[in-house]
Amino acid sequence: MINKKIFFKGYKSILAHDSPAIALGCCFIAIGALLKNLGFNIQESIFSTMLTYALPGSLVMAESLLVGASLLNIFLAVWFVNARLYPMAVSLFPLMMHKNQPKWKYYFSCHFIAVSAWLIMKSNYKSIAKEHRIDYWIGIGSATWSVAVLGTLIGFCFSEFLNKEIMMGLAILNPIYFLCMMVGASKTIQITLSVLLGAILGPLFYFFSPEWSILLGGVAGGTAAYLIGEINVS
Amino acid sequence: MSVSVVYAILVTSLATFLSRFLGAVSSQGIKETSKIFKWFNCLAYATLAALIARTIIFPVGVLNEAGYLIRLIVVILSLGVFFVSKRNYVYPTIFSAVCMALMASYF
Repeated sequence: MINKKIFFKGYKSILAHDSPAIALGCCFIAIGALLKNLGFNIQESIFSTMLTYALPGSLVMAESLLVGASLLNIFLAVWFVNARLYPMAVSLFPLMMHKNQPKWKYYFSCHFIAVSAWLIMKSNYKSIAKEHRIDYWIGIGSATWSVAVLGTLIGFCFSEFLNKEIMMGLAILNPIYFLCMMVGASKTIQITLSVLLGAILGPLFYFFSPEWSILLGGVAGGTAAYLIGEINVS
Repeated sequence: MSVSVVYAILVTSLATFLSRFLGAVSSQGIKETSKIFKWFNCLAYATLAALIARTIIFPVGVLNEAGYLIRLIVVILSLGVFFVSKRNYVYPTIFSAVCMALMASYF
């Protein structure tokens, strides 16, 4: 079963002074308000965040519903925008794999893969013994997930008090927080180049294919950064 | 709950979970010291950077109503606060929201 001590250590990580809880909560407040304005009821809004738990995906769903897109279109649009979760999972789970841990923990906890939880785990995993990292990860994921659900609830309930300017302020919080975290994480040549090339190529590819721009920018930028880093090391 | 919204939520969840689950399944057997792990690490950081850059430059939703110049100024000032505050993550984040709300109301 889950080691409670390690789980709560992970859960409490969102209380750290540089925790993403504020940024994450504020962004989901904006999502809650947006979903209410789109006509979602409170159950639908909460279930949307609980089941999806990915900001860009929720935004794409909301926009697609607004223009009357089909379910297949919604599926493809969300899949494209959330395809980043695949390399994020592959670059995180090997750090937590341990033969003493059951497989279900990994399959269950993959739902918590999101930028905020991923970045917290990437910064802290070395301080946890490998055998217990999965429990720590479940703790972090549960905490960020709870913040997201709570944010959606607050946003839904207080949407009439949020004018356009406040919504804009809430919407910029998350990209700025992630931008700062990415700059802070750029400690090796490979990571620094990955961040720089991804940030340049992503918007550049947007002119050719808006749907594929994130994936193409990520694959091209990440591969180039990896190769340059390897050549530099050798 | 209205049926179409419920289906949209389910479809969105499925599309999101698919990438996560496939990532968890295919990462079995990948060692953290292997080259493929390092490559995927680079892919993950680059994809996130691409997503953040796209969110700021080509935003979806309410952020689209703020002009390019306003968004650019907010990003530059927030990065300035990040470095001045000795790489604190919270100050630039809160600053960006206040700065964006003020600039959106006055310009």
